[in-house]
Amino acid sequence: MSSQPEELHDVRLHVNGSVHEVRVPARRLLSDALRHDCGLTGTHVGCEHGVCGACTILVDGTPVRSCLMFAVSAVDAEITTVEGLTEADGSLSPVQQGFSDCHGLQCGFCTPGFLTTITAGLRDNPDPSEDEAREMIAGNLCRCTGYQNIVKSVMRAAEIQRGES
Amino acid sequence: MTTKLFGAKVPRVEDQRFLRGQGRYVDDLLHDDPRLLHSAVLRSPHAHARITDIDVSDVLDLDGILAVWTWDDLTGPMAEPLPLLIPHPTLTHGRTQYALAKDEVNYVGEAIVFVVAVDRYVAEDAVSRIRVSYDHLEPVVGIDAARAAQRLVHDDVPGNVGARMEQENGDARAAIAAAPHVLTLDLDIERSACTPMEGRGTVARWDPDTSRLTVWSSTQTSTGVRGCVAAKLGLDLAKVDVVTPDVGGGFGVKVVHPWPEELLVPLAAMTLGRPVKFTEDRREHFISSAHERAQQHHVEVGFDDDGRVLGLDVEFWHDHGAYTPYGLIVPIITSTQLLGPYKPQNYRVVFESLYTNTVIVTPYRGAGRPQGCFVMERTMDAISAYLGKDRTEVRSTNFIQPDEFPYEHGLIFQDGRELTYDSGDYPASLAKLKELVGWDEFEDFRAEMAAQGRRVGIGLACYVEGTGVGPYEGAHVHIETSGKVKVATGLTTQGQGHQTAFAQIVADTLGVRFEDVEITTGDTRKMPYAVGTFASRAAVMSGSAIHLAALRAKEKALRIAAEALEASEEDLEIADGVVSVRGTDATIDLGTVAVLSNPLRYAFDEASKAATQFSVGDPGKPPVAEDDEPGLEGKDFYSPPRSTFANGMHAVIVETDPETAEITILKYAVVHDCGHLINPMIVEGQIHGGVAQGVGGALYERMAYDESGQLLNASFMDFLMPYVTEVPTTIDIDHLETPSPLNPLGIKGAGEAGVIPSAAVFAAAIEDAEGFPITAMPISPSELFDLRLAHADESHPLSEETR
Repeated sequence: MSSQPEELHDVRLHVNGSVHEVRVPARRLLSDALRHDCGLTGTHVGCEHGVCGACTILVDGTPVRSCLMFAVSAVDAEITTVEGLTEADGSLSPVQQGFSDCHGLQCGFCTPGFLTTITAGLRDNPDPSEDEAREMIAGNLCRCTGYQNIVKSVMRAAEIQRGES
Repeated sequence: MTTKLFGAKVPRVEDQRFLRGQGRYVDDLLHDDPRLLHSAVLRSPHAHARITDIDVSDVLDLDGILAVWTWDDLTGPMAEPLPLLIPHPTLTHGRTQYALAKDEVNYVGEAIVFVVAVDRYVAEDAVSRIRVSYDHLEPVVGIDAARAAQRLVHDDVPGNVGARMEQENGDARAAIAAAPHVLTLDLDIERSACTPMEGRGTVARWDPDTSRLTVWSSTQTSTGVRGCVAAKLGLDLAKVDVVTPDVGGGFGVKVVHPWPEELLVPLAAMTLGRPVKFTEDRREHFISSAHERAQQHHVEVGFDDDGRVLGLDVEFWHDHGAYTPYGLIVPIITSTQLLGPYKPQNYRVVFESLYTNTVIVTPYRGAGRPQGCFVMERTMDAISAYLGKDRTEVRSTNFIQPDEFPYEHGLIFQDGRELTYDSGDYPASLAKLKELVGWDEFEDFRAEMAAQGRRVGIGLACYVEGTGVGPYEGAHVHIETSGKVKVATGLTTQGQGHQTAFAQIVADTLGVRFEDVEITTGDTRKMPYAVGTFASRAAVMSGSAIHLAALRAKEKALRIAAEALEASEEDLEIADGVVSVRGTDATIDLGTVAVLSNPLRYAFDEASKAATQFSVGDPGKPPVAEDDEPGLEGKDFYSPPRSTFANGMHAVIVETDPETAEITILKYAVVHDCGHLINPMIVEGQIHGGVAQGVGGALYERMAYDESGQLLNASFMDFLMPYVTEVPTTIDIDHLETPSPLNPLGIKGAGEAGVIPSAAVFAAAIEDAEGFPITAMPISPSELFDLRLAHADESHPLSEETR
């Protein structure tokens, strides 16, 4: 290991429709770049080994664990974080609203990863059964809610998204 | 008229910021401050060793490294051991670690060197280049090794025994000797841990202009951290502010303080004159925070033909890990709360709290109660099996009856007070539970399943939980001239929805709009007198204090309004923030009352002109009366004589696969009594979370230490925390609301309840499905399979437990 300063890379990250120009070493995790270089601290880091799902973001619309990806690998991608889920007029997205309606969160730490995952999930399957809702969130850990109300939130979000209130 | 909010399913106000990614957790703070520094800790890779040398020469000149601390660099109180937070006379051999290890390490993960650098990556690089030389010592891992005491964790602690404590009510051994029937049981629970999604973290900033230190910590006690930081760094308390931002779950582990990093971060910030942050990673959380649960129990019980317990004698061994910063709280809770809703005529309990070379043990949601519940409920099931009686019948025979409250157990509880239950209705709870789970119809269901070649079992478990322990909490309510109400209470929040539940109380008590109330928790600048959020105490303690403080503010508002409206206080009412005289059109809003409460010399806007010296007041009297003070505020504290005791009962129906021994949950039912519910939605959420954590603890989670003290499953890959796929698809909940007579709102705590009966209820259901005793939890399919093999030749499996 050398004590030389690390080589830095200029990276343009496209996040939530904005461009963030950051200068980072090659090893900088995308999660850290989003949080600490772009200031988008809504993405949370729960395990740093891709198991808990708290850091899940959308990369070109697909859920990705941002702790398993380097910032330099994300140059050509369109990234959506929890901050980018809110509607243009500032109102909550159907998924966010579903969580609010159903008490789908407690401490809120895992929530951003669930919101992004479900946003993508409902795009693929706008009318899930309860079993499919469980499947949709089966890769994310939550220690507070026991998942009961998260499943309800998915069903509620689908309902809102379909225009049934 | 204002709608009553207490008892309503009010949506949570905190959700807005969490859902938008605008929560502010400790690692989110100061991220845009270019002066912010980061830290990493070199931790012991050995469970037991003497440190012979620490060589940091390779890192001192590294680019990006600002400072490196070892124990040798610490001075004054920082070089002394960390505080023993809760001393107890029987903790004769209490030991705590140093902020950085001095000479010896006693568990894998113990902090040795603290590095501060420009970012965490560089700090971790440096940690990997520090060379520490060790003389290895044999580790003591697990309760068996601790009890055998062939090796010692601490040379000056004989037998590895930190404490031995005994309590007795009556003469248990004599009663057992005289009893018609006697059973003995040996019951074990393994280690588990809280594992909140957010680990520990601390940020500190020293302001040289004002000589003030601000510390943000992911803690369950801001005031506790503040006291420790001030004492350890030699600062006046008034120079230290501790602020708890949003916290990503606690479940007990974050009540421990000060963590080494909670002191080293402020020390570094003061020394370097730059803000410093520590954010724990997941592996660090596993090996350097705290665990709980591991205990071995030996039970002797004597009972009559009805299953009435005549004498109960329990001996148990508690693994408290390498140090005892939190005293004996967990085993004391086991030893007292084991009794649950029952009244054994004679009870004796003895425990030894033992050192091992593993991570420290401190309260984890339930805090010793899951073990106690497991012991008592397994005993009830064993008595039922022995007598051939229905398990609910034996429990009913032993219940404390509704007309026996307050019920004195003749023991001392964890708060140093008498163990006296305030209220409850256990027969009513049991009736509800039987109905909810279909207890009386279960044999039909079992037969139906058996006909399909499926194996099912049902279990139930009852518990009583002392909640709302003292000493006190306080609250400050301030009605601003805008009519907005700002409320501060000192305990912290880690997801319980305090901003909502407390605002509901204020809105009702004061008669203001819910949306006009803003609650601040865990900020020593706003409320420096507080204890913390643990032991299911926040709603009881701060809820009551907030209610009392709001009453004080209301009294003052009515007094001032009565004067302004020239009416009698008795004729006034407050609704939606407006004071009105009943039966008239005369009104004044609370904002204006707030203006009038503060005599002014200078007007700052139109409204405040009404309070200036030529507008108000009797020129013959002082503007502020002798026994009054300016401002529309109320402050009060709530300090109960003792804990209030919530209770509940869970039942579960499981299916065990005849081939694979896989355990599937078919139905889960909860009857819960925490007195009056402030917000049933939040209480149910707490139960859901507790049940899921309990499922983890019963069927999946354990700390897999090997014999050398290495934690083999220190990651979320290997420590099997339940996903949605492991929890019941529904949890049926029914409430009973037996109010507590101990506080003005009649409430009891609800936070821990969901997790308490899990080990007991799953063991009971699996035992019922399999027909042989389940005496150790958690249980995996492999372990169940092994038990099947072991019991394959036995025709009367329960007989081995009898004598």
